[in-house]
Amino acid sequence: MSILVGPDTKLVVSGLTGREGSFHGLNNRRYGTDLVAGVTPGKGGQDVDGVPVFDTVHDAVAETGADTSMVFVPPRFAADSILEAAEAGVELVVCITEGIPAHDMLRVYTHLKRGSTRLIGPNCPGVLSPGKANVGIIPAHFFSAGGVGLVSRSGTLTYQIGNELAQHGFGNSTIVGIGGDPVVGSSFIDIISLFERDDQTELIVMCGEIGGDEEERTADYIAEHVTKPVIAYIAGFTAPPGKTMGHAGAIVSGSSGTAQAKAEALEAKGVRVGRDPTQVAQLAAESLGAKV
Amino acid sequence: MDLLEYQGKQLFSKHGVPVPDGRHASSVEQALAAGEELGYPVVVKAQVQIGGRGKAGGIKLAGDASELRQHAEAILGMDIRGLTVNELYVERASDIAEEYYAAIVFDRGAKQPMVMLSRMGGMDVEEIADKDPSAMARLHVDPLVGFRPFHGRRLAFESGIAADVVRPVGALLERLYEVFVAEDAMLVEVNPLLVTGEREVVALDAKVTIDGNALYRHPDSAQFRDPGAEDPQEQMARERGLTYVKLDGNVGILGNGAGLVMSTLDVVAQAGGKPANFLDAGGGSKAEAIVDAVEVILSDPKVTAVLFNIFGGITRCDEVANGLVTAFSRLDVSAPFVVRLDGTNDEEGRRILAEAELPNVDVERTMLEAAARVVELAGPAPDARIEAESPPVGAAASADPQAAPDSPVSSRPPVEQP
Repeated sequence: MSILVGPDTKLVVSGLTGREGSFHGLNNRRYGTDLVAGVTPGKGGQDVDGVPVFDTVHDAVAETGADTSMVFVPPRFAADSILEAAEAGVELVVCITEGIPAHDMLRVYTHLKRGSTRLIGPNCPGVLSPGKANVGIIPAHFFSAGGVGLVSRSGTLTYQIGNELAQHGFGNSTIVGIGGDPVVGSSFIDIISLFERDDQTELIVMCGEIGGDEEERTADYIAEHVTKPVIAYIAGFTAPPGKTMGHAGAIVSGSSGTAQAKAEALEAKGVRVGRDPTQVAQLAAESLGAKV
Repeated sequence: MDLLEYQGKQLFSKHGVPVPDGRHASSVEQALAAGEELGYPVVVKAQVQIGGRGKAGGIKLAGDASELRQHAEAILGMDIRGLTVNELYVERASDIAEEYYAAIVFDRGAKQPMVMLSRMGGMDVEEIADKDPSAMARLHVDPLVGFRPFHGRRLAFESGIAADVVRPVGALLERLYEVFVAEDAMLVEVNPLLVTGEREVVALDAKVTIDGNALYRHPDSAQFRDPGAEDPQEQMARERGLTYVKLDGNVGILGNGAGLVMSTLDVVAQAGGKPANFLDAGGGSKAEAIVDAVEVILSDPKVTAVLFNIFGGITRCDEVANGLVTAFSRLDVSAPFVVRLDGTNDEEGRRILAEAELPNVDVERTMLEAAARVVELAGPAPDARIEAESPPVGAAASADPQAAPDSPVSSRPPVEQP
């Protein structure tokens, strides 16, 4: 089945007329995603390679029945675009934009939690269900359909691990980049709970990094609620405290948020943690091999 | 971005948080002029972004001009835990009846601001927690509702502060919350929060961290950035739009994507090496960005070998290879390079490197092989011998005693729009 995006996804892209928005939006369409609309205020009535452009998300949803939005607008306008998409009634918003102020995201997050719209990102590579649909910037040609659900805070590290899994012959149900910001719409727990219920997913790989306490909370959740095997990887063992390692959220504050603490919390709950991406794939292979 | 005390106090004043009258000074003469203007006694305070200034001798009371001169001369240029004091803040001395603690933190776990108040101030938070955990009252604020008077009352009564200052402390917390939201702060800390002999409530210190992603709407705060206090390589990288963090080893590192670069640092450490830096060339790195990146990495004199770890998604490996060839043609490169290219156009990238026949460039197929090779080429880091013997995973994650707790350095400017 896969999760979040699939053959039924009807995608509207905020920022489709921009350079990056059109490049990746059309790329997603080539992959097979049903790209039904774009939104750029003032450009309603135009089209991008045959995809109709609307002035507002409301118009796009009313005219095309779009149920998924991808946000590709600059950081200072992105929070607004997320809220617009939610209010227009889309079920899923995938926000790729990096650099949205944290307080903006705090308000957006709090608002969305009270409604039914799910947000992935911001500052994320998007969601790919191999063979079905791609919403975002994940290079789809590395991945094929299979039983490994992959959830990660980072983009290229996901490709690295996905590629190592592919070399062991594993494909993916869905790959979800939840984003590297301090406040993101969906947590590891949110996505892992979807994988747990998804019949295509046999094994879950989670790829965390320093900062916050998401991974620790996820360890508790897995112990209580997840029956499928989970393999983890944590990046940032060598990160010094007080320094932001690229992702706005990747920072060790004092003694909290260290990779060591996260790995230990996961292992204490029975989650196997690979020490490098290659070992993650080996552990996945062992785990699935043992199941057969 | 962390602000200095006097900068934080400027923001406090702007939003009505009471602070003692004070003046910024960067010379002894300016400090003396400030003393004349404010009237003695005054307190002269070193402006550095690190805790423990008082214990280090960076905060002194001056009863007259000659004492002020003596202290200002001693403190300017003083070294406080590795930071040189270039600026002073001269403040009218306050008489202290009580010292409390107040803070608002961006609680990313709860995804809400958390406001804290304690009747025990003047020591650090960990110390308060050690001495009496119940002394710290804390609550979360719904960001769509904001900080309301009842929040202030709850905190004030729960923390057990003096009954006569419940109202003014609550009012101060409300204004502090305004600073937190209006200025896009990730942290606002007042320690101590002072009650004077006249029962006035004032913020005697100010520790403020501003969200780097929000600086575009705070031009005043953006000017607080002090390029002189930045590491030269970090400054050079920022000017070129690269995400670079200086570390203390000898293996220069470049990768694309924050997660992959962090992972690269880890495997290099596991192979027994010591990374010299974190450098994320970003998604879709073009050749020119690679040239800039090589220049930044090599400007660190400690670097003895460099690892390129690229997994091409949006980034094309042929672009990276071309960038490296250009860098070698423009720069005087003596350090050996190890390059691992995988993903989009990787074969093309490796072909470009092979044809260019660059001196001292090894191409490895996997991330682990590349890490092992670069560590071999780099040789031991000057002070890495003990580190190399400790267990690999997490070995280097131990706390850096130089780093101030809870003082996140500002994140990158929003240059990389995917």
